[in-house]
Amino acid sequence: MSRETLFNAALLLGLIAVPAWAVMTDEPFTITLATRAVILALAAAGLNIALGIGGLVSLGHAVFFGIGGYAMGILAHHAQSYTPLMEWPFLIEGTKFMPLIWLLAIVVSALVALVIGILSLRTTGAYFIMITLAFGQMFYYFAISWSTYGGEDGMSIYVRNDFPGLNTLAPIQFYGLCLAILVVVLVFSARLRRSPFGLALNAARQVPARVEAVGMDPMRLKLVAFVISGVITGLAGALFADLNRFVSPTMFSWQFSGEIMILVILGGVGRLFGPVAGAVTFVALEHFLGGITEFWHIFLGLILLAVVLFARGGITGLVAGKEATHD
Amino acid sequence: MSTILIIEQVLNGLQSGVMLFLMAAGLTLIFGVMGLINLAHGSLYMVGAFAAAAVAGVTGSFVLALIAALAAAALAGAVIEVAVIRRLYDSDHLDQVLATFALILIFSEGTRWVFGSFPLFLDIPDALSGPVTLPGGIQYPLYRLALIGVGLLVAFGLWLLIERTRIGIQIRAGENDREMIAALGVDISKLYTLVFALGAALAGLAGALVGAIQSVQVGMGEPVLILAFVVIVIGGIGSIKGAFIGALLVGLTDTLVGIFLPEVLKLFMDAAPATSAGSSIASMSIYILMSLVLIWRPSGLFGARA
Amino acid sequence: MTETILATYGITKSFGALKASNDISIDLRPGEIHAIIGPNGAGKSTLIGQICGSLAPDAGRVELMGQDVTTLSTDQRARAGLGRTFQISALAMEDTVLENATLGAMGASGRPWRFWSAALGDRSLRARAEAALERVGLADHKTKRCADLSHGQRRQLEVAVALTLEPKAFVMDEPMAGLGAEGSKNLTGFLDSLRQEAPILLVEHDMDAVFALADRISVLVYGEVIATGSVDQIRSDPRVREAYLGESA
Repeated sequence: MSRETLFNAALLLGLIAVPAWAVMTDEPFTITLATRAVILALAAAGLNIALGIGGLVSLGHAVFFGIGGYAMGILAHHAQSYTPLMEWPFLIEGTKFMPLIWLLAIVVSALVALVIGILSLRTTGAYFIMITLAFGQMFYYFAISWSTYGGEDGMSIYVRNDFPGLNTLAPIQFYGLCLAILVVVLVFSARLRRSPFGLALNAARQVPARVEAVGMDPMRLKLVAFVISGVITGLAGALFADLNRFVSPTMFSWQFSGEIMILVILGGVGRLFGPVAGAVTFVALEHFLGGITEFWHIFLGLILLAVVLFARGGITGLVAGKEATHD
Repeated sequence: MSTILIIEQVLNGLQSGVMLFLMAAGLTLIFGVMGLINLAHGSLYMVGAFAAAAVAGVTGSFVLALIAALAAAALAGAVIEVAVIRRLYDSDHLDQVLATFALILIFSEGTRWVFGSFPLFLDIPDALSGPVTLPGGIQYPLYRLALIGVGLLVAFGLWLLIERTRIGIQIRAGENDREMIAALGVDISKLYTLVFALGAALAGLAGALVGAIQSVQVGMGEPVLILAFVVIVIGGIGSIKGAFIGALLVGLTDTLVGIFLPEVLKLFMDAAPATSAGSSIASMSIYILMSLVLIWRPSGLFGARA
Repeated sequence: MTETILATYGITKSFGALKASNDISIDLRPGEIHAIIGPNGAGKSTLIGQICGSLAPDAGRVELMGQDVTTLSTDQRARAGLGRTFQISALAMEDTVLENATLGAMGASGRPWRFWSAALGDRSLRARAEAALERVGLADHKTKRCADLSHGQRRQLEVAVALTLEPKAFVMDEPMAGLGAEGSKNLTGFLDSLRQEAPILLVEHDMDAVFALADRISVLVYGEVIATGSVDQIRSDPRVREAYLGESA
């Protein structure tokens, strides 16, 4: 087993052991922190597909996170107020049923990612970054002006949504659900990397001209990667909203896009477990540094600078050596 | 709808457009010459505004406040260029984005640390306060008119600098060929620091000028930064002319659509939903404009690459 | 007209005042190696760009197997049977030799839209990739990362990736570039045998290789084909001697 595999296994073990310990010692706040880390890891795992494999520096992934959040917020809002979502041309009711909420989050994220992707993939490099950032801001302002759903104040949902067979109000059960989804997505990511699509996407990042010359369209590969990536981050947004029972336009903010990217980079860009390592580190920093000083973002900034200038592989790189393993 | 309202709103659009130009010009210059995408440009805008507000608070002089804004932003720009930015010129865009994002975090929290979370206020100087009567009997705030004047003046100065001076020649040469200019004996790293500080000073100036009509607070720079990105995408990266046209387009679109779209919608629907739908769509208008430009010309109106 | 596999008919391309391609008509017939030679700046890269689809001609058309491919994109032309190699190796440097070759096999065998099964676990893809590597002599380096290959091995891999496409025609842009005498000789021998599988449009600066391999040679000068003929005809053509050989001597 390589050091990276061991490191990944240790991370996964920690994600099981720490909450288990928290249940035994009755520390629900620790479980909430762990849930936050798992959901952020999921959001970052989404970005990692576009960024790590496809090389797409998207600074607008908060769009999908926000869409996931609002999918939950809107459906649950209508369910708790017993008002239909729309009556014409056909009746749509709100719902508190998580799988349905996720379905809406996924479908809308996919459609939006498709449109943003088609537009922004017409360009590359710095343009791509600016355009994704700009579209993020567009959704942010749209959410603020959307007074039906709380405008700037957002919406509160009184009771966490339901999942069949689980008591989602019990923190550990909701945590387990989120962790299960993260594991499924990580398994999918691991398969994806080795699949024909992953191989082609990886090559499209490195040498688009070669990919074209062997009969594949690099732009289409990147577009599909962007959509998959957006869907995963959108799903994370729906879970995040359920964790907080609250959605607001800040889910769409550019700061949040930046944070998702920080998670990927802190953990190690392109590494399978990079997003997990990054999210765990981020939440730990936020908790411990945030406990010491209100201005902990200064230190986050300094750490990020240090990673960019001196430790390109992120945490996974520091622990497991420079290059991702190949077989 | 009265002509007066239309003229007023056009002037408002121009005013926000020229201020955007000050931001976008620095960004596009830095990108054109050094190939760097600088997210921390909004922080320099904020630095300018805070420096102006602090100095005006102590001295009461708006002129000294503006000088302080220029100096503080230029200095901050030069410092981060030497300490961080110059290590990034040969890096990929991802590293540039992350490092400059880290700078935003440091600048924003640092400013909050020093000045606190409450907004500061910068007063419009007495000489420029109050309205002025334009031909046709339109009353318009003198200060906003002055902003348009300053913006146009800076645009002209920038054009002179780039087209007519030695530094300008070096900047244009640097855009085309780094090795060449180094071979000619120009100290490239000094030139880069200078260009960066110049861009920073423009951002700081914009921050101070706009700070007098809005509140001066942490995080004020980033929305403007993102608008400036939209301007650059529309105008084409590296093109000062593109930044100017793009900034005016964005300023006018943002202002005019926000005011007039709800009015237009009221012709077709009830007042309340018209206002709400109008403001929602208006908030998206410049991004729609950007999308249209992207479809039509992916590298912007005046972009170099076809 | 199935006699020509690949042909251009009067393609013309200008960059501003510069006519990089001026009414170029060339063809590639079954079993032949057709070399394009010309001094630097003659417009060889522009010509290849238009044949392979990265540049759109201002006028004229490109046909592959009798089908007009002028408006097709690069990837569509590749799927239609055009296999190219690059002057500067275009390989995924972080990936292994086998992964690079598999990429070619994938592109040729249809679409890469499979997200779950491992690419290297696909028997038919793998067989195709390994066969190509075997043929160029890279079978022992399958698991090496591309970045760790020597320059010569990269040139071989460049050809192997094109082979995995099993193309109808090859377009090779200076395959000998940067190879030593030994490497050039080996590759010359290999290309010699390859022409029976699919004809090769060969752009090459190495004149020994060109004269050894070419059935026909076209000479490109300032965007125009000034002569096409056999090796002997070209060698003795006074216009060629003046415009090309004279200049480079």
